[in-house]
Amino acid sequence: MTPELGQFALALALVVALLQAVVPLLGAHRDDARLMAFGDAAAQAQLALIGTAFLTLMRAHVVSDFSVENVVENSHTLKPLLYKITGVWGSHEGSMLLWVLILALFGGALGTVAKGTDPMLRARTLAVQGQISTAFLAFILFAANPFTRIFPPPLEGNDLNPILQDPGLAFHPPLLYLGYVGFSLVFAFAAAGLLAGRIDEAWARAVRPWALAAWSALTLGIALGSWWAYYELGWGGFWFWDPVENASLMPWLAGTALVHSIAVLAKRGALAVWTALLAIFAFALSLIGTFLVRSGVLTSVHAFASDPTRGLFILGIIALALLGAFTLFALRARSLPPGRGFEPVSREGFLLFNNLLLAAITATVFVGTLYPLGLEAFTGDKISVGAPYFTRTFLPIAVLLLVLVPLGAAASWKRSDARDILVSLGPAIGLALAGAALLAAFGPAHTAAAIAGFAMGGWLIGASALELWRRARGFSGGMGASLGRLGAVPLATYGMLIAHAGLGVVALGITGVGTGRLEAIDALAPRGTLALGGATLTLEDVVSVNGPNYQATRGIVMLARPGEAPQTLHPERRFFPSQKRMTTEAAIRTGPGGDTYVVLGEAQAGKAGEPVRYALRAYRNPLAPWIWLGAAIMTLGGLLSLAERFAAVRRARSATAEPLAAKS
Amino acid sequence: MTRRQRLTRRFLLVLGGLVFLSGAVALVLGALKSNIVYFYGPSDLAAGAAATSHRLRLGGLVAAGSVVRSPGEAVAFDVTDGKAHVPVHYKGVLPDLFREGQGVVAEGRLGTDGVFQADTILAKHDERYMPRDVADALKKAGQWRPETSTPAPAGQGGS
Repeated sequence: MTPELGQFALALALVVALLQAVVPLLGAHRDDARLMAFGDAAAQAQLALIGTAFLTLMRAHVVSDFSVENVVENSHTLKPLLYKITGVWGSHEGSMLLWVLILALFGGALGTVAKGTDPMLRARTLAVQGQISTAFLAFILFAANPFTRIFPPPLEGNDLNPILQDPGLAFHPPLLYLGYVGFSLVFAFAAAGLLAGRIDEAWARAVRPWALAAWSALTLGIALGSWWAYYELGWGGFWFWDPVENASLMPWLAGTALVHSIAVLAKRGALAVWTALLAIFAFALSLIGTFLVRSGVLTSVHAFASDPTRGLFILGIIALALLGAFTLFALRARSLPPGRGFEPVSREGFLLFNNLLLAAITATVFVGTLYPLGLEAFTGDKISVGAPYFTRTFLPIAVLLLVLVPLGAAASWKRSDARDILVSLGPAIGLALAGAALLAAFGPAHTAAAIAGFAMGGWLIGASALELWRRARGFSGGMGASLGRLGAVPLATYGMLIAHAGLGVVALGITGVGTGRLEAIDALAPRGTLALGGATLTLEDVVSVNGPNYQATRGIVMLARPGEAPQTLHPERRFFPSQKRMTTEAAIRTGPGGDTYVVLGEAQAGKAGEPVRYALRAYRNPLAPWIWLGAAIMTLGGLLSLAERFAAVRRARSATAEPLAAKS
Repeated sequence: MTRRQRLTRRFLLVLGGLVFLSGAVALVLGALKSNIVYFYGPSDLAAGAAATSHRLRLGGLVAAGSVVRSPGEAVAFDVTDGKAHVPVHYKGVLPDLFREGQGVVAEGRLGTDGVFQADTILAKHDERYMPRDVADALKKAGQWRPETSTPAPAGQGGS
């Protein structure tokens, strides 16, 4: 497997993508089943070819083939195997290759497992996917080729940026891309639906699993990225409103709106035009996310492997995609069947409001993220929009949204009575208020914000639990009977309730960190102590340790909290000689109540005769792990809703199979 | 539902949408107005371009030999673009990539005494890339050496 094999496979994939972009469209136009079926085969071929190219690059990284420039720039013989593999997407070129691989994965999956969807819709969708694939493959081959050779090959590589050498970050880009690229498939579905003038219940049912898969992956990907920033950057925070972080949040917000509007479309046949528009926006924001991260146009602390000229290429792809999509939208949106009107107090009414709020939040984040870019282009003034902007605009709308979530989930389709909803949610309202009151009276952080935040979390979790209890009709008829009734609840309902409860857990975690955080900092000589709330940290000693490709200064810190056995923490400062740089490894002690987070700072030489002092910084982050736990629960909810689709297919199959079996 | 009722409902919907939209816009504008942080290079500050009342960002290079650490995590250093120097005071742990001769962005307020009181110091995760604002400030001061991506030491510049 020489690198040229990968190059060749990519070139072939480009040819296949070009064909895939045209032939199935022609087939759908002429209603020719054979031409339409070509899309499936082409999608599978693309997956095989791009998979080959990806494996070729991975092999070059694993065996440290330093005749390949990409390996020289990003690898090192001493790097652990895991990071040799994940280093494949640590570079710009490699990450774009991963992008198209996932694109091919979605295309291949659509061409293989989704035989149940309307062939004409599938053919057109795959054609649009082929167009996207063509653009990105051309980009890789002509502007970001990972297989470029270098001569003479150096003996050693430059190594991967050490803060990327981390298990949390190893899987962050693939998950994020699964989300971004998943929305490309939804976008392709929308374009195909617009072409056919058919975006209806059947369309929504075909798109739903893909949108849910993309949303779930993106949720988990963002959570992993935030978790990584939390423990790796040593600042003790989980979200910085940095442009690169916002770049992934915007598609998530639009995608969340999309998942909900698809539900309305599937159930009630309404919001067709809006759903198409959201699908276009979700993908556009995904592309903008890729562009922001890869171009370096915004000053971000997270900008890796950025290159302005390549940014221009991605900008071109965005412009083309948007131009095409909006032209199509303008031409065809009128041909879509007019939506049914609906009652304001109903599930769909609440979901419409949910969409409005999510769109507003997306817009405020968009303005805050891109305003500096626009202003500089027009006036030359350089500005940055600080985190307070985002908390001031994001929080009020998000709070309104969180208040409405359980109401919407409790409302029934078509028509609901406002009083019925409030009465059925009475216990959840009571629970939230009682919890807030208890906290106000006895809690450690009785600020208004803390109480409101905890009440919100309790409201979301309580309402989900209540709904399950209602479905089980309590324990009437015994435990078995109520379990039986719970078994009959559709998976999609479980998915929704669990995702909403997960959102509540996230709200609790963010409130905990946001309102109850403690911080302490001091320069300590060995045996010196630092007080953090009720806890005491003692810097026992500082020692040197050698890692596989780094040297570390390790602090031995004793953490003593009242009522608990003392624990030892090991914060480190690591020096990577191959790249001549330092990283900070925070030591984090996690418990259900929160994290104790300790960072070792630089050594400070004292006066003659005095011992060397080390800066020690510590945080107490109450409920911090709940943020990521909640995001994981939300992901689980998304996946359960997705599983409903497969359960439905199986039910349909067994329903058709049984009469046949009876006949024979 | 009569035609009149339908029209009333539509009117209310549009009205509600407008109220919501203007609320959101007001929220954004209000928040933007008070949370925009302007970026300056050392020469801009030396020329008196910035007000002392607003938060701002200062970008440039950490001047060689200027970093002074005192106990309790207080750090003093100069930010330079080769033409002007601005003294900066900061209390806290510096980012891993903070080093003399490297690009840095400090956020805080400019005191009336000309000392920049920083509360946040930003350095990138990746030192191969200089903060773009810093690169631009250096270009403006004529101190940019793209081939090495590190500018000439102070005193030799002014091309």
